[in-house]
Amino acid sequence: MSTTTTRGVAQPASAKASQARPRRGLRSNATLNFWLFTGPFLIGLVIFVFVPIGWSIWLSFFDARYTVTPSHFIGFDNYKQILTNSNFPESLLTFTVFAAFIVPTTWALSLGLALLVNQLRFMRAFFRSVFFLPTAVSYVAAALIWKMSIFSGVRFGLMNTVLGWFGVDNIAYLANPSPPWYWLVIVSLRLWIQAGFYMILFLAALQNIPAELYEAAAIDGAKRGWQTFRYITLPQLRATSTAVILLLLIAAYQAFDEFFNIIGTKATWAQTPLMELYKTALGTSQDYGAGSAGAVILSLLICIVTLAQGKIMGFGRGEEVK
Amino acid sequence: MTTTAPQLGKKRKKRGGILGNTGLYLAVGVAALLFLLPFYLIVRNALSTDPEITGENWKLLPSFQWGNISELFDDPTVQFGRSLWNSTVVAVLMTVGTLLVCSLAGYGLARIPYKHSNKVFYAVLATLMVPTAVTFVPSFVLVSSLGWVDTYRGLIIPGLFSGFTCFLFRQYFLGFPKELEEAARVDGLGYWGAYWRIVVPNSLNFFAAIATITFISGWNAFLWPLVIGQDPDSWTVQIALSSFMTNQTVNFHLIFMATAVSILPLIFVFLFLQRWLVQGIAQTGIKG
Repeated sequence: MSTTTTRGVAQPASAKASQARPRRGLRSNATLNFWLFTGPFLIGLVIFVFVPIGWSIWLSFFDARYTVTPSHFIGFDNYKQILTNSNFPESLLTFTVFAAFIVPTTWALSLGLALLVNQLRFMRAFFRSVFFLPTAVSYVAAALIWKMSIFSGVRFGLMNTVLGWFGVDNIAYLANPSPPWYWLVIVSLRLWIQAGFYMILFLAALQNIPAELYEAAAIDGAKRGWQTFRYITLPQLRATSTAVILLLLIAAYQAFDEFFNIIGTKATWAQTPLMELYKTALGTSQDYGAGSAGAVILSLLICIVTLAQGKIMGFGRGEEVK
Repeated sequence: MTTTAPQLGKKRKKRGGILGNTGLYLAVGVAALLFLLPFYLIVRNALSTDPEITGENWKLLPSFQWGNISELFDDPTVQFGRSLWNSTVVAVLMTVGTLLVCSLAGYGLARIPYKHSNKVFYAVLATLMVPTAVTFVPSFVLVSSLGWVDTYRGLIIPGLFSGFTCFLFRQYFLGFPKELEEAARVDGLGYWGAYWRIVVPNSLNFFAAIATITFISGWNAFLWPLVIGQDPDSWTVQIALSSFMTNQTVNFHLIFMATAVSILPLIFVFLFLQRWLVQGIAQTGIKG
């Protein structure tokens, strides 16, 4: 504020000049300024987002092994190949199983934590920080702790040590796909990292619910606890829930870091779509054509799921989803 | 198990007596211990000897081997200091660059009247539909044909143009009080002057929130640095950590010390900037 006043006093001349200037000049000035402000971003966006996407679609119709400037047009063969001759469809199944686990559990855990923290009268900031802190940790670091300290199959793993106290034998969590203990490892890791972040979203939404609603419900005889939760809290959180589920689904589709570090790309199981694409495009085969085709398929799938979920859950009905 | 607890607490909402409060705090306390457990494990293992980590006699406290820190940085087989430096450069430049480029674009889209501005905005929105992680194949193709593999340019520049961050800035500037800028305009400042002298100084909270989110995601990024960093000299901290897991020559205590060191800066940033971070996330609703 102080800047404005001093400038106003110091430069009466320029204020007069801008008054005298015709309106037409002002408008072209706006156009020039628009490009001045948005130009650098738009140029970058075209080069580093639109061009790669376009290039990817183009590559997906060519035989592009070991080369990014192919000449042999093969139509939909790359799509056929990645859908029939690779583990890509299986990885989509892996993702589906993973999403079916992680989306509802993270939703429930983060909502539960938010409800708990919201009730606290002392040390609320402290507990909020504790639950939020894992958001700072990378999936790689977490994978390291999970794989080498908590769930390592041998005796020194924390989980097996604790189980040992109850006389349970060592479990090899990551050695083989059946029984699929690895899901416990992967899901618990992601829950730990993600829950605090979504808890913040729910906390913000909880604090926006007008207190009068609860008072009105109390007058109407609604019992505290399940009834108010079911008929007031949950519907009021609808918009946030929609956003959270959407974000969780998209995040699950992009699962890579912890699968790569815990399971590894050499295993034949628990390979996520991005891991398959990584192997196809950057592994020994260097097949950019098939990799691009897979990327196109995955993008389309994510778009469809996003739109469908928005439609089902009533996307855009709530104002919080900006 | 934690998910059924809230209803329990809810029943005793608002001064529900000592019993209700005890139950509530017990539930929160147990959950908090579980959430802190991995942090404890990192620190404990980082300050242990290898037998203490892999031995059967599990002790709560390590023998506090502070020498593990210098051992990690002196180890010639792992260039951990180098990768720490790379991560710092990448995360800092990425944060500064993203803030600059995306905030300017967001302001232009929100505030400067231009007849095609809506069309430009839709073009930006369209990019949100394609998740960045999925575009790593074409992005790698582009970056390698530019000759940017193993360079800071390749690690940083493609990440600067986030349609999402630009979108967040636009939403924020739409809600910024117009009167302040108009006063500045009357006083003879152009858009550029009004932006730097009035808008930015009055938006530092939001900038801090976005900066924190960008810094964290830059520091923690894995897939893109993995794709780009083929020469160990260009590895970021996350790639170095990941390589430890497959590299048999590195010892357990060094792995955990490296993990601890890689997390420490973020914890610091986190605790220090948490107010803005929480506020920013609650405001925007989404991760950067």
